[in-house]
Parts: sequence; C-alpha cells; structure tokens
Amino acid sequence: MSRKLGIIVVLLAVASICESATIFHPISESHRSAALELFSGSFSSLEEAYEGLRTFEVLGIEKKPDVKDHTCKSVVDTLSSVSSNSRDLYHALRVNGILKCRISKEDLTGIVLRLKGAVKDATSLLDYYHSIGGLLLVKDQSSEVDVHLENADGILRSLKALSQSDGRWRYSSNNPESSTFAAGLAFETISGVISLAASAVDENLIGTLKKDIVKLFDSVEKYDDGSYYFDDKHIDASGHQGPLSATSAVVRGLTAFASISESLNIPEDKILGLARFFLGIGVPGNSKDLFYQIDTLSHLENNRVSVPLILSLPATVLSLTTKDKLKVSTVLGSTAPPLSVKLMQVFSSGSRDASVLKQELHFDPKEAVHTLDALPEGVDIGEYVFAFEIVLSDPEHKRKFATGGRTKVPVHVTGVVKVENAKVAVLEGDIVESEKKLDLPGKNDLALSANHLQKLHVSFLLTTPFGKPFKPHQALLKLRHESGVEHIFVVGNSGTHFEITLDFLSLVEKFYYLSGQYDIELTVGDAVMENSFLQPLGSIELDLPKAPEKATQPPPQAVNPYLRYGPKPEIAHIFRVPEKRPPQEVSFAFLGLVLVPFLAFLVGLLRLGVNLKNFPTSTIPATFAILFHGGIAVVLILYVFFWLKLDLFTTLKTLGVIGIFLMFVGHRTLSHLASVSAKLKSA
Amino acid sequence: MGKSTVTTKDDAHALFHSLRAAYSATPTNLKIIDLYVMFAVFTALIQVGYMAIVGSFPFNSFLSGVLSCVGTAVLAVCLRIQVNKENKEFKDLPPERAFADFVLCNLVLHLVIMNFLG
Repeated sequence: MSRKLGIIVVLLAVASICESATIFHPISESHRSAALELFSGSFSSLEEAYEGLRTFEVLGIEKKPDVKDHTCKSVVDTLSSVSSNSRDLYHALRVNGILKCRISKEDLTGIVLRLKGAVKDATSLLDYYHSIGGLLLVKDQSSEVDVHLENADGILRSLKALSQSDGRWRYSSNNPESSTFAAGLAFETISGVISLAASAVDENLIGTLKKDIVKLFDSVEKYDDGSYYFDDKHIDASGHQGPLSATSAVVRGLTAFASISESLNIPEDKILGLARFFLGIGVPGNSKDLFYQIDTLSHLENNRVSVPLILSLPATVLSLTTKDKLKVSTVLGSTAPPLSVKLMQVFSSGSRDASVLKQELHFDPKEAVHTLDALPEGVDIGEYVFAFEIVLSDPEHKRKFATGGRTKVPVHVTGVVKVENAKVAVLEGDIVESEKKLDLPGKNDLALSANHLQKLHVSFLLTTPFGKPFKPHQALLKLRHESGVEHIFVVGNSGTHFEITLDFLSLVEKFYYLSGQYDIELTVGDAVMENSFLQPLGSIELDLPKAPEKATQPPPQAVNPYLRYGPKPEIAHIFRVPEKRPPQEVSFAFLGLVLVPFLAFLVGLLRLGVNLKNFPTSTIPATFAILFHGGIAVVLILYVFFWLKLDLFTTLKTLGVIGIFLMFVGHRTLSHLASVSAKLKSA
Repeated sequence: MGKSTVTTKDDAHALFHSLRAAYSATPTNLKIIDLYVMFAVFTALIQVGYMAIVGSFPFNSFLSGVLSCVGTAVLAVCLRIQVNKENKEFKDLPPERAFADFVLCNLVLHLVIMNFLG
C-alpha cells in the first residue's frame, strides 16, 4: 500500500510506546468514573461535601437531587446555628457557592457580622483563612450585603508578620514551624483581603508579597520528567500531608493572587511542570487526592498567569496508513487555541545524530487532532525519539499559554521484513548434494537425509521495507530428535545475508550419537518486525555412527514440560489414631477398688489399737510437731500442683524453701521425741 | 491317702497357728509398718490387675502408679529393718532418725513419681 516505495505488501505502523515518564494524558473519562466511585456515598461533613461537589462540578457530572436536598439542609442548619465557628461557616458557604441553597438576606448579614468579628479576633493563619474566605464567598453569592473590610492594611500586615524569609509561612506567631501548605493558604487569604478592601491597598505591600511568591518558587522541586512540585514535611490542618496537598494549596494561592494582580513573573515551564505533576499521578485512589488533583487542574486551566497545554499521543498502535495521531489540549481535555504542531527532530536510538526537520502536522479541526501524514525520510523500522513542538498561531496567546518547548516522545516504527532467497542444502565436502528452496514465512515440508560426513546449510536474506539490512533480536535454528532432545543454533549474519552450516562430524558428540529423525524449526523475531515467525521447516533423517562406550548419555526428557507447572501431589497428613480407652465404668470401679486397701489399712490400724499418745503435749514441741506434719502436707500438695500445672523449675524452687523449713522443724520434733524415749529408757 | 491329707492339713494349721502366736509378740509399731506394706502391695496389685484387663495405655502413668506403691513398700520395709530392735547392727540408730530418712526418701521418690506421671 505504500505506493511510493513500490514494495509489495508493506504495512508501516507507528506504535507510540507510552512511557508515563514523558507522556502526560489530560483528564479523561476514567477520572469521571473514579470520581463517581469515590464520592458515591453521602458526605459525612460539609468539607467532604465541598470536595465531592467541586470535583463533580469541574468534571461536569450531574449532581443527584437527593444529595443536593440533604446537603442544603445541613448548609442552612450550619449557617443559621449560633454555635458554628468561622471554619464551619466557611465550609458551609463553600458548599453553598456550588449548590446555591436558599439563604435569607438577614442570615447572610448576620454571618457577615460574625465573620468580620472573627477577622478582628483572629490570631492564627487558619482563623484568617476561614473568615476572609467566608466573606469572599458571601461577596460572590450576594451583592446586597456589604462585605468590605475597613482595616485591610492592618490585616495584611499581621498576615505578613507570619511569613518566613524562604517564602514559607507559619500557622501562628507562637508556632515556629513553617510550611508550604500554609504559604498557599496565606496567598489565597491575602488576595481575598485585597479584593475585599474598602480602599486601595498599599502598593509596596503587594510588591513584597509578589516577591514572596517568586521566592517560594525557588524551593520548588523537580522530577526527571519535567514535573514540578512542592514538598511539605509539615502536616496540614486536616492531617492530610504530602506534596499533593502542598502543591495544590500553592497553586490555589497563586491563581487567586494572579486574579487580583497583573504581571506575576512565574516561568512558564514551572506552570507546565505543576500541571504535569498533577496529571502524572494518574487516577488517584482516594477522594482527597482526587479532589486536590481536579481542583488544582481546574485552577490551572482558568488562571491568568499561563494556561498549560498538554501534548498527548494515543497509546494504541497506529499504522502509517491511518496516520500518526497527536492531540494537543488543555489539562482538563478541552480544546486548545489555534496552534500548529511541528515535528522538529527525529533521534534514532542507535546513533547519536539527529536529523533536523520542521515538518508541520496536519490539523483536523473536526476531531481536533494533529496527524502526521507521512513519516520523515530516512525513518525505517526501529526505535526512535520524536521531538514535537507546539507553535501558537496567535502571538497574543504566547503570554497566556504555556507550551513548554519541545516534547520528546519515544516511537517504535514497525513493519514487515522481507525474507528472500531462503534455501536449505545438504553438502558433502563443498559439493551440493541436494538443495531445496524455502517459502518463508510459509508452509514447508522438507524431508532430507544426511550422514555424519555431510553438512546442513540454511541461508536467507532479511531486508527492511526500505531495502536496508535488518538484524532481528532472534534468528535461531532448532533441531529436535524424536526422543525430545533439542539443539539450538544461532544463525549468524553478514549484512543482509543470514546463514548457518551444521557440520555433523563435529556435532556428533553434541548430538549424543542419536541417529534418526530430527525436526527442523526456524525462528526469526523482533519487536519491530510485524511478521516475526517460528516455523517448522520439516525434518532431516540423520545417520550417525554408533555411540562408543564412554559417550555421554542424553539427558532425560520430561514427558510433558508443562507438568512442571502442574499441581503437586497433595500431602495427606497422618495423625496418630487415639488409643482405645476403657469404658468409664471400669475405670471408676478400679478407682473404688484402689481405695479398698487404704480402708483396710485404716481398719487394721484401729484393730491394732493405734493411738496418738506419743504426740507431744507441751506447747512448743506440739507446735513443732504440727508444723512438721503440716510441712509434709504442703510438700505433697505442691506435688499435686506440679502434676496439674506448675513446671519443674518453680516446683524445685518452692520445694527448696519448704524443704529447709521442714528439715528444721522435723529435726526439732524428732530430737524431742528421741530425748523423751531416752528418758523413758533410762527411767 | 485320707489320713495323710488330714495330717498335712493339721500341719499347716499348726504351722499357721505358731506363726500367728509368734507374730502377736511383735511390737505394735512394727505391725503398723507391716500393715502399711500390705496396703501398698495390694494397691500395686490392683493397678496391675487394671492394666491386665484394660491395657497399658498411658504406660507412664501405670508405671508411676505401680512404682510409687512398690517404692513406698520397699522404703517401709527398710524402715522396719532399722526400727526393729532385734537387728543388732542398727542398735545405735534411733528410730526417730530412721523415720526422718523414711520421710525424706518418700518425698524424693514422689517428686520423681509426679514428674513421671504425665
């Protein structure tokens, strides 16, 4: 189809391999479905409600009426409640800004008075942020209420007192930690104060604040892919920390400040870098991150500094016949101003040099896509890096939009590689015994035969559609014996010519002296080769000499290589069969029987007329005797406990203590008895 | 034949009688020890009987039960030997000392028995 080149069936495809590091995609349908999923439930607080509703508003998703009714009710409750502070009022007013609930003028007047009081009493940055933000929201929602601030200069000075030399801000004067997130809030508050000021604000003050913003941008951090972000180690007011919230706050502060003051001098590559940062996170998995992403991108799209333009390529494989498609749009996916895209340079992955060209892409106004009509000259199949540049048609727009210079995109050009002159020959010395042509890629059914003095020769030519030599990643010849033993050979090349000669005499040992039929298989494959193939060529009957005694045995072949990945035999655990126990009655009967000799013993003692007359009668020996018998009882009880639950160490420790006691007491008792009996004897 | 049977019976009777008469002269404290030995031996026999009927399954428990009885009996016999006044070689040993040995040995024996009981 590529008529110019006169090659028979050549399909050229431009596959843009999407490396997320360099290509950013604008907000798409996947963000919408993610938003619907993340904000599907009812909102637990007005802050969350605002985040959900704001995300829906930016993405253009319809609100559910029951959610609206429910949320409006809590907005009205909060606004009319006396106990709600400036933070509650701020969040309620923010939600009201989207939902436009019915609020009476009296309520609004009361709220304005309370917020103005809060401004006066404010001590921390968040107090100012909420009360000034609230007043600003009232101003937007109703023109009848007077929200102007008299003491604007004073408020600005007390806010300015919280700023730090590096452009960050503190939350309050008694908190020494500074944060980027706070800086974002401060800029937003300050721009609010300026737009609410009853009289003109001191120009010098605005000038220093502008310098603060520029200073803050000195601390911006950069990723390798050209995206910029602000890092923040400090945890923000809601406990949500990280570069996403910090960057989002700065962007909101920046755009708010830009809306009240002209000529903010921020380099456009940084604005584009911020947009790239928010697009680079893809579709976030939690609602807070999604809100930060969508809200910030919407602020970037509507800002007055410079609107970032994002160049994106569809990630699918595109062939040249349907043209290489390119899309330029703003971050949220809306159409870009009139512009043209030029392909400036093409870098070949193999060589350093780049061909410079300025090929303009064709613009299709209906679909708002730019297409590359034909690949630049000299681009053959392989890997390239294309550098595109956006040129705005209207010079006025140059100040308004940030294009970010050249965008480099890795491109893989694929095509059909021609296989020619493929043939197989069996040689004897240098004389061709038999030769067959091969149809590649196609069906072949060779039936060759050779002995160990002959050679097998396979050769073919590979050329690109442009007739250049092509070296694929893989060019392999495989011989497989009936028994499953495989041998793989790499086909070498010189330019376009690929060939391999198998000298069976030197391979006899490698083939384990296995005669018989060998299947031949040829593999030629590459990532950019559309007609990569792995094909059986047929078979060759080899007649090899008999194996000598000491020849190595061929390795055993697995019956089915996939069995290796199959389920392993189940392991059955063998448990000991519990011993047969006697019936309980028998055991109890013997328990009783064991007691019989004891009873007999007691009866026998009675019959013998045993008495305790020898027991000491005077107090001290009697006490020792009782302690002695008690001690023995305690030891026996300890043994029972040892049997039931104690371990040997505890038992031995306790036994030692009791044993010493028992020895002492026993010695006293028994020596007393001995002295008594000795007295009796002598008497 | 019948006569000789009677004679044998009479002989046995006479032997038994003389044995009993001789035993009645034994001091009471020795009799108590004898009774105690009998008690221990019979308890051991009952346990062996149980094993013969039911089987030796927890064998360590059976062993400890029987050995406890046998050990006690042996210790009691030792005590009897030492306490008996007829035995001249233990003449200098007071019976209280023998009893203390008996108690100590019993405590050690039963510590082992309890450990083995399972």
